[in-house]
Amino acid sequence: MTLAETAPPLKRTPLYALHRELGAKMVPFAGYEMPVQYPAGILAEHLHTRSQAGLFDVSHMGQIRLTGADPIVALEALVPGDLQALAAMRMRYTLFLNEEGGILDDLMVTRREDGLFLVVNAARQEADFAHLRDCLSPAAAIEPLADRALLALQGPAAATVLSCLIDGVARLGFLTAAEVMVDGRQWLVTRSGYTGEDGFEISLPAAEAEGFARRLIAQPEVLPIGLGARDSLRLEAGLCLYGHDIDEGTTPIEADLAWTIGKRRRADGGFPGAATVLRQLTEGAPRKRVGIRPEGRAPAREDTEIVDTAGNRIGRVTSGGFGPSVGGPVAMGYVHRSHAREGTALELQVRGTPRPARVARLPFVPTHYYRG
Amino acid sequence: MSLLRFTKDHEWIRLDGDLAVVGITDYAQSQLGDVVYVELPEIGRGIERGKEAAVVESVKAASEVYAPASGEVAEVNEAIAADPAKVNADPMGEGWFLKLRLADPGELEGLLDEEAYQRFVEEQH
Repeated sequence: MTLAETAPPLKRTPLYALHRELGAKMVPFAGYEMPVQYPAGILAEHLHTRSQAGLFDVSHMGQIRLTGADPIVALEALVPGDLQALAAMRMRYTLFLNEEGGILDDLMVTRREDGLFLVVNAARQEADFAHLRDCLSPAAAIEPLADRALLALQGPAAATVLSCLIDGVARLGFLTAAEVMVDGRQWLVTRSGYTGEDGFEISLPAAEAEGFARRLIAQPEVLPIGLGARDSLRLEAGLCLYGHDIDEGTTPIEADLAWTIGKRRRADGGFPGAATVLRQLTEGAPRKRVGIRPEGRAPAREDTEIVDTAGNRIGRVTSGGFGPSVGGPVAMGYVHRSHAREGTALELQVRGTPRPARVARLPFVPTHYYRG
Repeated sequence: MSLLRFTKDHEWIRLDGDLAVVGITDYAQSQLGDVVYVELPEIGRGIERGKEAAVVESVKAASEVYAPASGEVAEVNEAIAADPAKVNADPMGEGWFLKLRLADPGELEGLLDEEAYQRFVEEQH
């Protein structure tokens, strides 16, 4: 007989029972059993988020508190972002880098009164935690917040809806945070998200997540949204998915994320891989992440080969599919720097047939971040 | 009643005069989710049973549609190329994919009838 290889059991978020009750199709994702879509389907969920508001369970993502004498200076040793410039209750997108300048993970950092609050990718949380512990202990205390859920409410109606349940959130600026007391417990609300729309992320005690999610989806503007639409929304918004568009083999410059490197950090370095990253910043990287619009209707999926018009291989698609708001196929991928200019003609090898495409400006749809 | 048969890969095939119409089942479309693209074969192409006849893509992924029987492509449904959502809306009707001129109509004997296919789908759960 042969024994089947046993995979470790999948973890569940505090909203698991609610997802099932709502008729979600559950799939394994980053070690968790997560909703990929609800009965409305990915197309409807995507379009609803862009026109009204969508609720996403992102509790699988890692939430980490960093405290100590000077957690900001400590964390700056691992990321290229200018965290010292971060005012209290403001947040920033940054990257953990390795010594070669490769990206170990992308994360959001919020400066709180008592230290830093980090949100990292689900699949990377254990590695990130070990990395932080190895590099920052004992100068900083690293505490994974395992008993917290994380919900995202995204879309043009998000501020109106959330204001009905939590007073004052409509006044929050983009990428700022507020601590709110709900029934004597502390929640953290940030004006952020990963869809290209206005919206919020809410970190709250796990035990309170289902009740709050139910109150949100009881609002007529709000639909629950699965991972399928989360992926198409972020792709249209030109945002990277770790493990696909960025990984240990890509640098921030190749990934077109140079904007995450603060001015002071460009001058002073002092982050892992600084020599490589700062050299590429001046000289350019050999390849670059670009947006790609296939000219026909056929989507080009991840790993589709990119060739130039003479048939030479010049890169690879790292994310691709159908963009519901664009109404056609959209993709991102890496191409040789000679082919990275907007409008450059490319060909995509889809099922063995070369299909015309062009380098396109990112994002594919206008973003609607809150600008006050 | 025209002869209707199913495959374990979730295609259906229905005899229609001297041609056979091919599509994907309601179960298949419900599993795929919103269909956003279909790629249809050239008319006149010969396809062997079990080989790729068409491609259907949802927002999430691309899947092959296999020929339930060998034959030559006599017609394709351009309406689903223009409006792929028809595959979700009416998979057994307006959402058909192609018509084959069968090499051997006897090949249909080996396929599942409707009742056996429904049983097969239920066993998948």
